Amino acid sequence: MVSGSTESLIAAISSGETRPRKEKIIRFIFLMIATGSIVTLALIVLFLVAEGIPIFKETSPYQFIFGKLWYPTSDPPDFGIFALIIASLLVTAVSSLISIPLGVLTALYLAEIARPKMREIIKPAVEMFASLPSVVIGFFGMVIVAPLLQDAFNLATGLNLFNASLMLAFMSVPTITSISEDAIFAVPRDLKEASFALGATHLETIVRVIIPASISGIATAVILGMSRAMGETMVVLMVAGGAAMIPSSLFDPVRPMPASIAAEMAEAPFRGDHYHALFATGIVLFLITLIFNIIAERISHRYRQVGEATL
Amino acid sequence: MKASEFSSISDSRKRRKAMEFIVFLFFRISALICSFGLVIIVGFIAVKGLSSITWTFLTQPPVKMMTEGGILPCIMGTIYLSLGAILIAVPIGVASAVYLTEYAAPGRLLRAIRLGINNLAGIPSVIFGLFGLAFFVIYLGMGVSILAGACTLSALTLPVVISSTEEALRAVPQTYREASLGLGATKWQTIYRVVLPSALPGILTGTILGLGRAAGETAPIMFTAAVFFTPSLPSSIFDEVMALPYHIYVLATAGTEIEKTRPLQFGTALVLIMLVLGLNLVAIIYRSKLRRRK
Repeated sequence: MVSGSTESLIAAISSGETRPRKEKIIRFIFLMIATGSIVTLALIVLFLVAEGIPIFKETSPYQFIFGKLWYPTSDPPDFGIFALIIASLLVTAVSSLISIPLGVLTALYLAEIARPKMREIIKPAVEMFASLPSVVIGFFGMVIVAPLLQDAFNLATGLNLFNASLMLAFMSVPTITSISEDAIFAVPRDLKEASFALGATHLETIVRVIIPASISGIATAVILGMSRAMGETMVVLMVAGGAAMIPSSLFDPVRPMPASIAAEMAEAPFRGDHYHALFATGIVLFLITLIFNIIAERISHRYRQVGEATL
Repeated sequence: MKASEFSSISDSRKRRKAMEFIVFLFFRISALICSFGLVIIVGFIAVKGLSSITWTFLTQPPVKMMTEGGILPCIMGTIYLSLGAILIAVPIGVASAVYLTEYAAPGRLLRAIRLGINNLAGIPSVIFGLFGLAFFVIYLGMGVSILAGACTLSALTLPVVISSTEEALRAVPQTYREASLGLGATKWQTIYRVVLPSALPGILTGTILGLGRAAGETAPIMFTAAVFFTPSLPSSIFDEVMALPYHIYVLATAGTEIEKTRPLQFGTALVLIMLVLGLNLVAIIYRSKLRRRK
């Protein structure tokens, strides 16, 4: 009897042949869905290129990138985005000058000296800051910061390179703080205690031990923050002033690439030169942010990023 | 050691401590600026916008060339768009995360998928707008519509959903899986009956975060879904809509009477902030509760 039940059990198991097969199918379905992100990424590249390339029948890639005149609606039109690229790089650079110190110092404060109570208030505040819609920050810069700047520095317009950088800094600080804080917090306790035991002060420990140990995470944070500033659209659209010129001062209006795309796409005739030129601008913007992201990826390779701050 | 040496050591210690105090002051000031930035922006808009928010404002469409009236179509449009985006992004995102955490073996494929997700997360929002225009609106023929906007937004929220779901799945103790497999359950049964239910609160948090993200985005919907003005509420997913973020932008930059409609702009901005921050607050509080429980 015993052997009979064993046999039937074996029979039952072997007749359940479909089970592993079903498992395989399920696994395959999940794999297919998981490749969705790659497919989307590929489609983005494909359609950007398909819609952007035709402009190079009108103008050479060299002329497009290094041409200093952007008059897409003149006759004959000029499609040179050099001033737009410079504007994007400048707002990113100036905003980084503000956001990097602010973000990293805040991260150090949160991870090293804040009491748990303070940490529990400030960390969510920073996370909430990250979720503030960019159009709201742009609106704030436009309606409140611009008049202040205009009065304070006696400017023709408060919508300029400096204002845009300031608002962009607001947008990238949360990214920088959040990722740096994760990195700093992850430094092993032993390292810190060893440094204290040698008589170092807390500051010396931070400068000589904690920062070197978490530098790859901090660098990742900084680059992702810069990438965010570079690609941010609404803020530069509303606050940067919109002049497609290479600025000569910090208070000149500028027109970064995302602003140009967002502002002109609605008016560009469908599949006209202007339309293709805007997609080509998108390709340039995409490539620059891609480089930032790849660098960040490389640096963080040793250090696995946790948390949603990058997103 | 002589007494003088001792005192010089303690002198230097004092100096170093003073230095530390000064530098730490900078740390504190930075943190203060960061947290006050939020308070200042939200505070300003709340103070200026609160008086605009009336029952009429929330329940009526705009009238007189959008210089008076309410923002109901924008609120509804934003709700449709963000819900639509989440409806698409959550199934795909959760399934991707399940593959990444439960099935995938380390290797080239896994690295490629991860690279795809990370790069998707880093793409500027205006590029999503261009993509949506070229692919959903034109190539797939959806036109400027809720559907095209929701699809575009879903591509953007996908990485948010994937990363929070992954975090939730990783937090499920390995012993749960082993116990289930030990009882003879298959891998799929284990995922479906054990892993996903225990990860559900975390997945929900990610969904709420994604919803907030989708509701606040402007650039992706500018060319794919949003319009200046529609006289009526949308009746199908192929209609174009008004949306809160786009409405703020339009009123503040291209309206007929920019100065006159300031109160409406502040009011709309406040509604959007409350919506997005409200969603995020719920998610953050919920998540910190979950994390503490572990």
